[in-house]
Amino acid sequence: MTALLEACDLAKTYDTGGLPVVALNGVDLTVRRGEFVAVMGPSGCGKSTLLNLVAGLDRPSAGAVWFEGERIDQLSETALARLRRRRLGFVFQFFNLLPTLSAEANVELPLLLTGTSRREARRTARGLLADLGIGDKGRSAPSRLSGGQQQRVALARALANQPDLVVGDEPTGNLDSGSAREVLGLLREAHGRGQTLLLATHDARVAAAADRVVTLRDGRVFDDRTLGAARPVTLPFDPEPL
Amino acid sequence: MALLSGGRGHGYELKQALEQEFGSLLPELNSGQIYSTLARLERDGLVEGESVADDNRGKKVYRLTERGREVLRSWVNVPVPGSRLKDAFFIKFVVATSVGLADPLTMIEQQRREYFQSLRDLDARLAANGHSPTTELMVEGAVLHLKADLGWLDLIEERLVAGGSAS
Repeated sequence: MTALLEACDLAKTYDTGGLPVVALNGVDLTVRRGEFVAVMGPSGCGKSTLLNLVAGLDRPSAGAVWFEGERIDQLSETALARLRRRRLGFVFQFFNLLPTLSAEANVELPLLLTGTSRREARRTARGLLADLGIGDKGRSAPSRLSGGQQQRVALARALANQPDLVVGDEPTGNLDSGSAREVLGLLREAHGRGQTLLLATHDARVAAAADRVVTLRDGRVFDDRTLGAARPVTLPFDPEPL
Repeated sequence: MALLSGGRGHGYELKQALEQEFGSLLPELNSGQIYSTLARLERDGLVEGESVADDNRGKKVYRLTERGREVLRSWVNVPVPGSRLKDAFFIKFVVATSVGLADPLTMIEQQRREYFQSLRDLDARLAANGHSPTTELMVEGAVLHLKADLGWLDLIEERLVAGGSAS
Protein backbone atom coordinates (compact mmCIF):
# COMPACT_ATOMS: atom_id res chain seq x y z
CA MET A 1 0.00 0.00 0.00
CA THR A 2 1.37 3.40 -0.93
CA ALA A 3 0.78 6.55 1.09
CA LEU A 4 -2.36 8.27 -0.14
CA LEU A 5 -2.32 10.91 2.50
CA GLU A 6 0.53 12.23 4.56
CA ALA A 7 0.30 14.89 7.21
CA CYS A 8 3.50 16.14 8.84
CA ASP A 9 3.79 18.02 12.09
CA LEU A 10 0.35 19.55 11.69
CA ALA A 11 -0.62 22.32 14.04
CA LYS A 12 -3.76 24.38 14.24
CA THR A 13 -4.38 27.29 16.55
CA TYR A 14 -7.71 29.07 16.57
CA ASP A 15 -7.75 32.72 17.38
CA THR A 16 -10.96 33.24 19.28
CA GLY A 17 -10.31 36.82 20.27
CA GLY A 18 -8.99 35.95 23.72
CA LEU A 19 -6.27 33.39 24.32
CA PRO A 20 -5.39 31.38 21.22
CA VAL A 21 -6.80 27.85 21.37
CA VAL A 22 -4.43 25.09 20.32
CA ALA A 23 -6.46 22.39 18.57
CA LEU A 24 -3.60 20.40 17.07
CA ASN A 25 -0.03 20.43 18.19
CA GLY A 26 2.38 18.50 15.98
CA VAL A 27 0.41 15.62 14.50
CA ASP A 28 1.85 13.17 11.97
CA LEU A 29 -0.56 10.91 10.13
CA THR A 30 -0.14 8.64 7.14
CA VAL A 31 -3.03 6.86 5.43
CA ARG A 32 -2.15 4.27 2.82
CA ARG A 33 -4.31 3.46 -0.14
CA GLY A 34 -6.94 0.89 0.78
CA GLU A 35 -6.52 1.45 4.49
CA PHE A 36 -9.33 2.07 7.00
CA VAL A 37 -8.12 4.41 9.72
CA ALA A 38 -10.21 5.49 12.70
CA VAL A 39 -9.37 8.55 14.78
CA MET A 40 -10.56 8.43 18.37
CA GLY A 41 -10.24 10.61 21.40
CA PRO A 42 -12.29 12.65 23.85
CA SER A 43 -14.29 15.66 22.71
CA GLY A 44 -12.02 18.58 21.97
CA CYS A 45 -8.97 16.39 21.31
CA GLY A 46 -8.66 17.70 17.75
CA LYS A 47 -10.30 14.88 15.76
CA SER A 48 -12.49 17.10 13.61
CA THR A 49 -9.74 19.66 13.16
CA LEU A 50 -7.39 16.95 11.91
CA LEU A 51 -10.00 15.70 9.44
CA ASN A 52 -10.74 19.21 8.19
CA LEU A 53 -7.04 19.88 7.61
CA VAL A 54 -6.24 16.69 5.75
CA ALA A 55 -9.39 16.99 3.63
CA GLY A 56 -8.60 20.53 2.60
CA LEU A 57 -11.59 22.05 4.38
CA ASP A 58 -9.33 24.22 6.54
CA ARG A 59 -5.68 25.25 6.53
CA PRO A 60 -3.07 24.34 9.14
CA SER A 61 -1.24 26.97 11.17
CA ALA A 62 1.94 24.95 10.64
CA GLY A 63 2.96 21.69 9.03
CA ALA A 64 2.12 20.18 5.66
CA VAL A 65 -0.42 17.87 4.01
CA TRP A 66 0.41 15.75 0.99
CA PHE A 67 -2.23 14.00 -1.07
CA GLU A 68 -0.68 11.43 -3.37
CA GLY A 69 2.62 13.24 -3.25
CA GLU A 70 1.12 16.65 -3.96
CA ARG A 71 1.28 19.26 -1.25
CA ILE A 72 -2.26 20.55 -0.80
CA ASP A 73 -2.23 22.80 2.27
CA GLN A 74 -1.14 25.78 0.23
CA LEU A 75 -3.37 25.25 -2.79
CA SER A 76 -5.76 28.00 -3.84
CA GLU A 77 -9.39 27.79 -2.72
CA THR A 78 -10.40 26.84 -6.26
CA ALA A 79 -7.84 24.06 -6.51
CA LEU A 80 -8.87 22.76 -3.08
CA ALA A 81 -12.54 22.76 -4.03
CA ARG A 82 -11.67 20.84 -7.15
CA LEU A 83 -9.64 18.28 -5.19
CA ARG A 84 -12.49 17.80 -2.72
CA ARG A 85 -15.05 17.35 -5.46
CA ARG A 86 -13.09 14.88 -7.51
CA ARG A 87 -10.99 12.91 -5.10
CA LEU A 88 -12.68 13.06 -1.70
CA GLY A 89 -16.03 11.97 -0.33
CA PHE A 90 -17.50 13.26 2.91
CA VAL A 91 -19.87 11.80 5.46
CA PHE A 92 -20.93 13.94 8.40
CA GLN A 93 -22.64 13.30 11.71
CA PHE A 94 -25.74 15.28 10.69
CA PHE A 95 -25.81 13.97 7.10
CA ASN A 96 -25.70 17.48 5.53
CA LEU A 97 -28.04 16.56 2.69
CA LEU A 98 -29.59 19.36 0.70
CA PRO A 99 -33.16 19.46 2.02
CA THR A 100 -34.75 20.76 -1.17
CA LEU A 101 -33.38 17.99 -3.35
CA SER A 102 -34.58 14.39 -3.51
CA ALA A 103 -32.29 11.64 -2.23
CA GLU A 104 -31.37 10.78 -5.80
CA ALA A 105 -30.62 14.39 -6.73
CA ASN A 106 -28.36 14.68 -3.68
CA VAL A 107 -26.31 11.77 -4.95
CA GLU A 108 -26.30 13.11 -8.52
CA LEU A 109 -24.99 16.49 -7.46
CA PRO A 110 -21.27 15.66 -7.06
CA LEU A 111 -21.42 13.78 -10.38
CA LEU A 112 -22.98 16.71 -12.23
CA LEU A 113 -20.45 19.07 -10.63
CA THR A 114 -17.61 17.06 -12.10
CA GLY A 115 -19.05 17.00 -15.59
CA THR A 116 -20.88 13.69 -15.69
CA SER A 117 -23.87 13.70 -18.03
CA ARG A 118 -27.32 13.97 -16.49
CA ARG A 119 -28.30 10.54 -17.70
CA GLU A 120 -25.09 8.89 -16.47
CA ALA A 121 -25.40 10.69 -13.11
CA ARG A 122 -28.93 9.38 -12.66
CA ARG A 123 -27.88 5.86 -13.54
CA THR A 124 -24.95 5.94 -11.09
CA ALA A 125 -27.05 7.48 -8.30
CA ARG A 126 -29.77 4.85 -8.67
CA GLY A 127 -27.19 2.08 -8.69
CA LEU A 128 -25.53 3.37 -5.53
CA LEU A 129 -28.79 3.83 -3.66
CA ALA A 130 -29.80 0.31 -4.62
CA ASP A 131 -26.42 -1.03 -3.46
CA LEU A 132 -26.92 0.67 -0.12
CA GLY A 133 -30.38 -0.84 0.29
CA ILE A 134 -32.52 2.25 -0.34
CA GLY A 135 -33.19 1.89 -4.04
CA ASP A 136 -36.86 2.65 -3.41
CA LYS A 137 -36.20 5.97 -1.65
CA GLY A 138 -34.64 7.87 -4.54
CA ARG A 139 -37.57 10.24 -4.99
CA SER A 140 -38.02 10.99 -1.30
CA ALA A 141 -36.99 14.27 0.27
CA PRO A 142 -34.34 13.82 3.00
CA SER A 143 -36.80 15.04 5.64
CA ARG A 144 -39.03 12.05 4.92
CA LEU A 145 -36.22 9.57 5.53
CA SER A 146 -35.02 8.12 8.83
CA GLY A 147 -31.57 9.01 10.14
CA GLY A 148 -30.14 5.72 8.98
CA GLN A 149 -31.63 6.19 5.50
CA GLN A 150 -30.33 9.76 5.29
CA GLN A 151 -26.85 8.56 6.20
CA ARG A 152 -27.07 5.94 3.46
CA VAL A 153 -27.91 8.69 0.99
CA ALA A 154 -24.96 10.69 2.31
CA LEU A 155 -22.72 7.65 1.91
CA ALA A 156 -23.96 7.15 -1.66
CA ARG A 157 -23.17 10.80 -2.33
CA ALA A 158 -19.70 10.38 -0.83
CA LEU A 159 -19.00 7.34 -3.01
CA ALA A 160 -20.50 8.79 -6.21
CA ASN A 161 -17.27 10.04 -7.76
CA GLN A 162 -15.30 6.94 -6.71
CA PRO A 163 -13.15 9.11 -4.47
CA ASP A 164 -9.62 8.18 -3.45
CA LEU A 165 -10.56 8.82 0.16
CA VAL A 166 -13.80 8.95 2.12
CA VAL A 167 -13.58 11.16 5.20
CA GLY A 168 -16.22 10.71 7.88
CA ASP A 169 -16.74 12.82 10.98
CA GLU A 170 -18.76 10.76 13.46
CA PRO A 171 -20.76 9.04 10.70
CA THR A 172 -22.72 6.98 13.24
CA GLY A 173 -22.81 9.63 15.96
CA ASN A 174 -26.40 10.65 15.37
CA LEU A 175 -27.91 7.23 14.69
CA ASP A 176 -29.72 4.72 16.87
CA SER A 177 -27.72 1.57 17.52
CA GLY A 178 -29.43 -0.49 14.81
CA SER A 179 -28.89 2.13 12.09
CA ALA A 180 -25.35 2.73 13.34
CA ARG A 181 -24.62 -0.96 12.89
CA GLU A 182 -26.06 -0.95 9.37
CA VAL A 183 -24.11 2.12 8.31
CA LEU A 184 -20.97 0.62 9.80
CA GLY A 185 -21.64 -2.55 7.82
CA LEU A 186 -21.88 -0.50 4.61
CA LEU A 187 -18.68 1.37 5.40
CA ARG A 188 -16.99 -1.95 6.04
CA GLU A 189 -18.26 -3.27 2.71
CA ALA A 190 -16.94 -0.20 0.90
CA HIS A 191 -13.59 -0.80 2.58
CA GLY A 192 -13.77 -4.43 1.50
CA ARG A 193 -14.05 -3.22 -2.11
CA GLY A 194 -10.83 -1.26 -1.62
CA GLN A 195 -12.19 2.10 -0.50
CA THR A 196 -9.77 4.08 1.67
CA LEU A 197 -11.52 5.42 4.78
CA LEU A 198 -10.58 7.96 7.43
CA LEU A 199 -13.20 8.24 10.15
CA ALA A 200 -13.33 10.21 13.37
CA THR A 201 -15.48 8.44 15.89
CA HIS A 202 -16.46 8.15 19.55
CA ASP A 203 -17.80 4.70 18.94
CA ALA A 204 -15.34 1.96 19.87
CA ARG A 205 -17.25 -0.43 17.67
CA VAL A 206 -16.65 1.72 14.59
CA ALA A 207 -13.00 2.06 15.55
CA ALA A 208 -12.66 -1.70 16.01
CA ALA A 209 -13.72 -2.20 12.39
CA ALA A 210 -10.71 -0.16 11.21
CA ASP A 211 -7.26 -1.48 10.34
CA ARG A 212 -5.69 1.20 12.52
CA VAL A 213 -6.92 3.23 15.44
CA VAL A 214 -5.21 6.56 16.04
CA THR A 215 -5.96 8.11 19.42
CA LEU A 216 -5.58 11.84 19.91
CA ARG A 217 -5.17 13.56 23.27
CA ASP A 218 -4.86 17.30 23.65
CA GLY A 219 -4.02 17.86 20.02
CA ARG A 220 -1.34 15.17 19.81
CA VAL A 221 -1.22 11.55 18.65
CA PHE A 222 -1.33 9.58 21.86
CA ASP A 223 -1.42 6.14 20.31
CA ASP A 224 -1.49 4.59 16.85
CA ARG A 225 -2.38 0.91 17.02
CA THR A 226 -2.80 -1.55 14.19
CA LEU A 227 -5.48 -4.14 14.84
CA GLY A 228 -4.95 -7.73 13.83
CA ALA A 229 -7.24 -9.95 11.82
CA ALA A 230 -10.32 -11.05 13.74
CA ARG A 231 -9.68 -14.06 15.95
CA PRO A 232 -12.19 -16.88 16.14
CA VAL A 233 -14.77 -16.44 18.89
CA THR A 234 -15.72 -19.36 21.08
CA LEU A 235 -19.23 -19.03 22.42
CA PRO A 236 -19.99 -20.49 25.84
CA PHE A 237 -22.93 -22.22 24.24
CA ASP A 238 -24.74 -21.99 20.96
CA PRO A 239 -28.37 -22.70 21.65
CA GLU A 240 -31.06 -23.12 19.10
CA PRO A 241 -33.12 -19.96 18.46
CA LEU A 242 -35.23 -18.83 21.39
CA MET B 1 -34.13 -29.87 35.78
CA ALA B 2 -35.34 -27.36 33.22
CA LEU B 3 -35.03 -30.08 30.62
CA LEU B 4 -37.39 -32.24 32.65
CA SER B 5 -39.99 -29.50 33.08
CA GLY B 6 -41.61 -30.43 29.80
CA GLY B 7 -42.09 -34.07 30.67
CA ARG B 8 -40.05 -37.15 31.44
CA GLY B 9 -36.78 -38.49 30.20
CA HIS B 10 -34.06 -40.94 30.99
CA GLY B 11 -30.44 -40.22 31.65
CA TYR B 12 -29.22 -40.80 28.15
CA GLU B 13 -31.81 -38.49 26.61
CA LEU B 14 -30.90 -35.77 29.08
CA LYS B 15 -27.23 -36.14 28.28
CA GLN B 16 -27.94 -35.77 24.59
CA ALA B 17 -30.17 -32.74 25.11
CA LEU B 18 -27.54 -31.09 27.32
CA GLU B 19 -24.83 -31.68 24.77
CA GLN B 20 -26.98 -30.22 22.05
CA GLU B 21 -27.86 -27.08 23.96
CA PHE B 22 -24.70 -26.33 25.88
CA GLY B 23 -22.13 -28.48 24.12
CA SER B 24 -19.37 -25.92 23.88
CA LEU B 25 -19.96 -24.60 27.41
CA LEU B 26 -19.25 -27.88 29.15
CA PRO B 27 -15.91 -29.48 28.36
CA GLU B 28 -17.16 -33.03 28.26
CA LEU B 29 -20.14 -34.62 29.86
CA ASN B 30 -19.77 -38.12 31.07
CA SER B 31 -22.77 -40.26 31.74
CA GLY B 32 -21.63 -40.73 35.32
CA GLN B 33 -22.12 -37.04 36.07
CA ILE B 34 -25.64 -37.12 34.68
CA TYR B 35 -26.61 -40.21 36.66
CA SER B 36 -25.02 -39.01 39.89
CA THR B 37 -26.76 -35.65 39.53
CA LEU B 38 -30.08 -37.39 38.92
CA ALA B 39 -29.46 -39.64 41.92
CA ARG B 40 -28.74 -36.61 44.11
CA LEU B 41 -31.84 -34.80 42.88
CA GLU B 42 -33.86 -37.93 43.58
CA ARG B 43 -32.42 -38.20 47.09
CA ASP B 44 -33.38 -34.55 47.69
CA GLY B 45 -36.87 -35.26 46.44
CA LEU B 46 -36.68 -32.94 43.46
CA VAL B 47 -37.08 -35.61 40.80
CA GLU B 48 -38.44 -39.11 40.93
CA GLY B 49 -37.21 -42.01 38.89
CA GLU B 50 -39.36 -44.86 37.75
CA SER B 51 -38.04 -48.12 36.41
CA VAL B 52 -39.29 -48.88 32.97
CA ALA B 53 -41.28 -52.10 33.18
CA ASP B 54 -40.01 -53.86 30.10
CA ASP B 55 -36.40 -52.96 30.64
CA ASN B 56 -34.20 -55.54 32.30
CA ARG B 57 -31.13 -53.29 32.65
CA GLY B 58 -32.85 -51.16 35.31
CA LYS B 59 -33.19 -48.08 33.09
CA LYS B 60 -35.15 -45.32 34.78
CA VAL B 61 -37.18 -42.43 33.46
CA TYR B 62 -37.18 -39.30 35.57
CA ARG B 63 -39.71 -36.57 36.09
CA LEU B 64 -39.88 -33.51 38.31
CA THR B 65 -41.65 -33.75 41.64
CA GLU B 66 -43.93 -30.94 42.80
CA ARG B 67 -41.12 -29.71 45.05
CA GLY B 68 -38.66 -29.93 42.15
CA ARG B 69 -40.98 -27.81 40.09
CA GLU B 70 -41.10 -25.20 42.87
CA VAL B 71 -37.32 -25.09 43.22
CA LEU B 72 -36.97 -24.71 39.47
CA ARG B 73 -39.56 -21.95 39.42
CA SER B 74 -37.82 -19.96 42.11
CA TRP B 75 -34.46 -20.38 40.36
CA VAL B 76 -36.03 -18.93 37.25
CA ASN B 77 -37.78 -16.12 39.09
CA VAL B 78 -34.87 -14.78 41.12
CA PRO B 79 -32.94 -12.19 39.10
CA VAL B 80 -29.20 -12.69 38.77
CA PRO B 81 -27.08 -10.15 40.69
CA GLY B 82 -26.51 -6.94 38.79
CA SER B 83 -23.22 -5.56 40.01
CA ARG B 84 -20.01 -6.94 38.62
CA LEU B 85 -17.46 -5.55 41.02
CA LYS B 86 -15.00 -8.33 40.46
CA ASP B 87 -12.97 -7.62 37.37
CA ALA B 88 -9.96 -9.69 36.40
CA PHE B 89 -8.11 -6.77 34.83
CA PHE B 90 -8.66 -4.47 37.79
CA ILE B 91 -7.39 -7.04 40.27
CA LYS B 92 -4.26 -7.51 38.19
CA PHE B 93 -3.89 -3.77 37.76
CA VAL B 94 -4.13 -2.95 41.46
CA VAL B 95 -1.83 -5.75 42.50
CA ALA B 96 0.81 -5.11 39.84
CA THR B 97 0.90 -1.33 40.13
CA SER B 98 0.83 -1.24 43.93
CA VAL B 99 4.04 -3.26 44.17
CA GLY B 100 5.62 -1.49 41.21
CA LEU B 101 5.57 -4.52 38.94
CA ALA B 102 4.19 -2.64 35.95
CA ASP B 103 3.69 0.81 34.56
CA PRO B 104 -0.01 1.61 35.02
CA LEU B 105 -0.40 3.46 31.73
CA THR B 106 1.23 0.61 29.84
CA MET B 107 -1.09 -1.88 31.49
CA ILE B 108 -4.12 0.21 30.59
CA GLU B 109 -2.98 0.58 27.00
CA GLN B 110 -2.33 -3.13 26.61
CA GLN B 111 -5.74 -3.92 27.99
CA ARG B 112 -7.36 -1.33 25.73
CA ARG B 113 -5.71 -2.94 22.74
CA GLU B 114 -7.07 -6.31 23.79
CA TYR B 115 -10.59 -4.91 24.18
CA PHE B 116 -10.45 -3.31 20.73
CA GLN B 117 -9.26 -6.55 19.24
CA SER B 118 -12.03 -8.44 21.05
CA LEU B 119 -14.60 -5.99 19.68
CA ARG B 120 -13.24 -6.69 16.23
CA ASP B 121 -13.44 -10.43 16.83
CA LEU B 122 -17.05 -10.20 17.98
CA ASP B 123 -18.12 -7.98 15.11
CA ALA B 124 -16.56 -10.39 12.66
CA ARG B 125 -18.50 -13.19 14.35
CA LEU B 126 -21.71 -11.21 13.87
CA ALA B 127 -20.88 -10.50 10.24
CA ALA B 128 -20.45 -14.22 9.58
CA ASN B 129 -23.52 -16.04 8.40
CA GLY B 130 -25.33 -18.86 10.03
CA HIS B 131 -25.79 -17.78 13.63
CA SER B 132 -29.06 -17.90 15.48
CA PRO B 133 -30.81 -14.78 16.85
CA THR B 134 -29.87 -16.03 20.32
CA THR B 135 -26.20 -16.08 19.42
CA GLU B 136 -26.56 -12.60 18.03
CA LEU B 137 -28.02 -11.38 21.31
CA MET B 138 -25.22 -13.04 23.24
CA VAL B 139 -22.55 -11.40 21.11
CA GLU B 140 -24.29 -8.00 21.16
CA GLY B 141 -24.31 -8.22 24.96
CA ALA B 142 -20.58 -8.90 25.00
CA VAL B 143 -20.05 -5.93 22.65
CA LEU B 144 -21.91 -3.59 25.00
CA HIS B 145 -19.90 -4.84 27.98
CA LEU B 146 -16.67 -4.29 26.06
CA LYS B 147 -17.67 -0.73 25.20
CA ALA B 148 -18.31 -0.09 28.88
CA ASP B 149 -14.95 -1.67 29.75
CA LEU B 150 -13.21 0.65 27.29
CA GLY B 151 -14.96 3.64 28.86
CA TRP B 152 -13.85 2.41 32.26
CA LEU B 153 -10.20 2.19 31.15
CA ASP B 154 -10.48 5.82 30.04
CA LEU B 155 -11.79 6.73 33.47
CA ILE B 156 -9.00 4.86 35.29
CA GLU B 157 -6.44 6.59 33.13
CA GLU B 158 -8.04 10.00 33.59
CA ARG B 159 -7.94 9.65 37.40
CA LEU B 160 -4.40 8.36 37.24
CA VAL B 161 -3.16 11.26 35.16
CA ALA B 162 -5.11 13.81 37.18
CA GLY B 163 -3.83 12.46 40.49
CA GLY B 164 -0.22 11.92 39.40
CA SER B 165 1.29 8.48 39.12
CA ALA B 166 -0.42 5.81 41.16
CA SER B 167 2.59 3.59 41.56
